[in-house]
Amino acid sequence: MGEVLSIASRTVALAALATLVMLPPGVAVAWLLARRRFRGQVVLETMISLPLVLPPVATGLILISLLGPRGPLGALLERFGVEVLFTWRAVVVAGAVMGVPLLVRTARAGFEQVDRRYEQIAATLGAGPWRVFFTVSLPLAGRGVLAGALLGFSRALGEFGATIMLAGALPSTRTIAVAIYTFTETGQDAAATAMLGVSATIAFGALLISNHLATAGHQWRSS
Amino acid sequence: MSIPLTLDFSLRQGAFLLEIHERIEARVVALFGPSGAGKTSVLESIAGLRTPGQGVVQIGTRTLFDASAGVDVPVHERHVGYVPQDLALFPHMNVRRNILYGVDAGGSKQLEQVVGLLEIDPLLDRDVTALSGGERQRVALARALMAGPALLLLDEPLAALDLGLRERILPYLERVRDELGISMLYVSHAEAEVRAIADWVVVLDAGRVVRSGP
Repeated sequence: MGEVLSIASRTVALAALATLVMLPPGVAVAWLLARRRFRGQVVLETMISLPLVLPPVATGLILISLLGPRGPLGALLERFGVEVLFTWRAVVVAGAVMGVPLLVRTARAGFEQVDRRYEQIAATLGAGPWRVFFTVSLPLAGRGVLAGALLGFSRALGEFGATIMLAGALPSTRTIAVAIYTFTETGQDAAATAMLGVSATIAFGALLISNHLATAGHQWRSS
Repeated sequence: MSIPLTLDFSLRQGAFLLEIHERIEARVVALFGPSGAGKTSVLESIAGLRTPGQGVVQIGTRTLFDASAGVDVPVHERHVGYVPQDLALFPHMNVRRNILYGVDAGGSKQLEQVVGLLEIDPLLDRDVTALSGGERQRVALARALMAGPALLLLDEPLAALDLGLRERILPYLERVRDELGISMLYVSHAEAEVRAIADWVVVLDAGRVVRSGP
């Protein structure tokens, strides 16, 4: 039971961290897609959504080639003494990459629901683009962004394919999803079932709140 | 105080072409004309929310837009107050935060003066969704004034109000004109309203100026 709890709390903590990591770029991309028209928009949209349709292990493989010691990012990080593969950081990266498409899609819808009128009027009142974003766009799209963050969190929570490629099934990196697999493989059915219960409960709660936020969200219209 | 206003530009929106070539010196300019004449497009071009194809927009000696010189001052640096027809009060802020929004960004007018002038003291801590039509109108006006605009653009400020409310709001606009000395460009399609407050009338029809004068 102690092991189940420790794996569950580690998974929740790392999924929360992955959510924090995906939030700034995810929200920025969501806003860009909702509010700007630019060259390469469709390409960016497609790339962001790719983890939704690629086999997670394939995404894991791409991440290994980027973050491995000979990968461009991995080599750079190694210079600063930061190791990613087979550490808790790998779990965070896998969760963030797999969760970000859901965050972007939901947050983008949130931004699209905000009437541009409010942003325009804020600008006439002297607010520059950053101030408009933080005081008008983001608060009005807040429910959508929060719903997206919860979806991203839920996705990171249940991540398996990319996580096992990137972080393995080491005692120090084992998440709920990986633990269910290893417990089942080694015949520890009771532990696997306990993990399943924990996983389902947390995911259900997060999705419930996310759906509530997404459907009960106001459509901010100025008239 | 009146500021000379140079509106000399053309703006194309699909099949609609707005052309205006006016130099006006008045405290309150009324822009009058039927629906679809291009009145709101004039206001939005001055505020910087629409970009004319060519021409010049100047307030006093300040050039806000000059196509041939490549000048297009960003909306937030224009110091042009804009009260749109739908008001667009920020729904996630109470009345006070709405009114102070422009002040945080460097506006100058004093809260007490504006709040007193428009009699919105008792509304300050109210939610904007809990205001009546006339109250919303005054809050939107106060918000625009607090940012210390050089020119105030009002799009049909009384259109959404019933007759009784119109009669109550109009004096507030007159007080803004007289006590704060802010120049206004006032869009309307009701002639009685226009006559009551303006000292210059521009009549617009199908994107062209058909009459302009005191």
